[in-house]
Amino acid sequence: MDKPINQGAWLLVLPVLLIVAFSAIVPLMTVVNYSVQDTFGNNQFFWNGIGWYQELLDPTTDLGGRFFDALWRNLLFSFLILAIEVPLGIAVALSMPRDGWRVAATLVVMALPLLIPWNVVGTIWQIFAREDIGLLGWVVNRLGIPYNYTADPLSAWVTIVVMDVWHWTSLVALLCYAGLRSIPDAFYQAARIDGASQWAIFRNIQLPKMHRVLLIAVLLRFMDSFMIYTEPFVVTGGGPGNSTTFVSIDLVKLALGQFDLGKAAALSIVYNLIILAVCWVFYTVMTRMDAQRN
Amino acid sequence: MARIDLQNLGHSYTPNPKSDADYALKPMTHVWEQGGAYALLGPSGCGKTTLLNIISGLLTPSEGRVLFDGKDVTTLPTEARNIAQVFQFPVVYDTMTVYENLAFPLRNRGLRGPAVDARVREIAELLDLTPDLTRRGRGLTADAKQKISLGRGLVRPDVAAILFDEPLTVIDPHLKWELRSKLKALHRALDLTMIYVTHDQTEALTFADKVVVMHDGRVVQIGRPDELFARPAHVFVGHFIGSPGMNVLPAEVAGRAAKVGGHVIPLGRAYPPLTGGEKIEVGVRPEFATLAPAGAGVPVRVTRIDDLGRVRIAKVELSGLPMAATVPESLAVNGDEASLIVDPAMVHVYANGALVEGEAA
Repeated sequence: MDKPINQGAWLLVLPVLLIVAFSAIVPLMTVVNYSVQDTFGNNQFFWNGIGWYQELLDPTTDLGGRFFDALWRNLLFSFLILAIEVPLGIAVALSMPRDGWRVAATLVVMALPLLIPWNVVGTIWQIFAREDIGLLGWVVNRLGIPYNYTADPLSAWVTIVVMDVWHWTSLVALLCYAGLRSIPDAFYQAARIDGASQWAIFRNIQLPKMHRVLLIAVLLRFMDSFMIYTEPFVVTGGGPGNSTTFVSIDLVKLALGQFDLGKAAALSIVYNLIILAVCWVFYTVMTRMDAQRN
Repeated sequence: MARIDLQNLGHSYTPNPKSDADYALKPMTHVWEQGGAYALLGPSGCGKTTLLNIISGLLTPSEGRVLFDGKDVTTLPTEARNIAQVFQFPVVYDTMTVYENLAFPLRNRGLRGPAVDARVREIAELLDLTPDLTRRGRGLTADAKQKISLGRGLVRPDVAAILFDEPLTVIDPHLKWELRSKLKALHRALDLTMIYVTHDQTEALTFADKVVVMHDGRVVQIGRPDELFARPAHVFVGHFIGSPGMNVLPAEVAGRAAKVGGHVIPLGRAYPPLTGGEKIEVGVRPEFATLAPAGAGVPVRVTRIDDLGRVRIAKVELSGLPMAATVPESLAVNGDEASLIVDPAMVHVYANGALVEGEAA
């Protein structure tokens, strides 16, 4: 039987095309448009070609130097919080109760940090960690440890890393807990009969079952931390100096502070491409590994 | 190698059991002889798995003791007992190869080197798993996975008994037969005590030398398959074993005759008058109640005839009481009038569900 050809069917795709165009393609093209031009205000634009991109990707220039410094800070931050939150989240998930009323209680407590708006989290820690009136900052200083996140880069880093761990470890833990809950009791019973140690149970039963959710957890946490803006902006504003200025914070300074639309647009595009590329590589590698395992 | 003694063993999931209904497993005493092939048969929720988990040590009984070769192991954890258990759903460690899966119980017990290797290969050979040894557990078929679960039990040289908790539930029907034969062969080859939990009478009767029938947390009969068939100790056993199950009809019993629905059925044994207020019933299997032309025996009305292939089973009514009977091959049933010939030796009398022993003479 010949398939009937009906070009009218394209009309059915039109709404989706329109929505995608207005939500993604049109705004993105505006940014691309800015990134190849220069402006001195008055809505006058001059063609600049790939000039901004060349400057951005050359670390010897002012713009390129700023960008790469911020990029390394971002990578360091993501590495630190992943290195802390993933093992900690697994540990928390393993020690969560498996049944009874405590399950509901634990889940609610665990979910609380996730429900707080991001700038509120920033404000909480901004006050909590102040060395003059903040409970944490004051106590730490009274213990004889010099701690002042507005003056000392190390203190500032410790503050934002601890804040992120406080805010997001729950997410990793909850995802892992979901993975753990999907393990039938028979596995634990069989492991007892096989004489498996706690470590052997973790290594051979729990970790393989958490593998998939961990993949998602790492991906989510990486993307989120790589794009982090609100919390460090509220707590440190990118300081002291530029020590906690991440790419997103720098982008806002560039676009809204200095009104360098061309530079900011080029930075946006590159920033976006980096995140897409990293996620793609990450996802491909993980699914390959998964396929090999079978 | 062990003989397993259960002494006054009972279990309740509620802290202070008061009535019988509070027990998941009502107190019982039983001995599992070394090398026996047992089946624990009963419907879902009758306490089979509870009993099994107590023997393996996954559950500590609330009452009574468990002895392995006379040694009290009631409070010993599973790891410390020389026992293996195979579960309903195959448990395979996905990330390990089949070889590593089989070696796992040995390595956990500190064994290393050539001893492990020799044992693993021996067991793999027994279970026809040798070609799969290097494959990962993931992606194997359900029956291969179940063989691996079984293999992890067999691989330990000190194992006294292997417990099976409905191990063939997730296996395809045509492979069930194969695996069951495999189990039978292993039992003969290895001289192990095997206890096999199932709700499938075919599995139980073909696997076991002795079948333990459980009902509502209580053991109602222990016997060889033929005993369960010929002399059910409880109407439940009569119903549960056999397809269709035993006919159970209300009756009045006196001497060597039972009066059912106004008709007299002769009995093989003599019974004292049973009038202690109990519910008196007679039970006869369809296999021992044969349909005959009208006038040859007790008159019945035929409502339906089912052709089961090997035999024909008639649904009949004896004075309005429904029952099933065998239709002889030579008999052509015309109309719905017929009669029933019952083998007196195979008619049993039950009082409140329990078998009443008559006098043979």
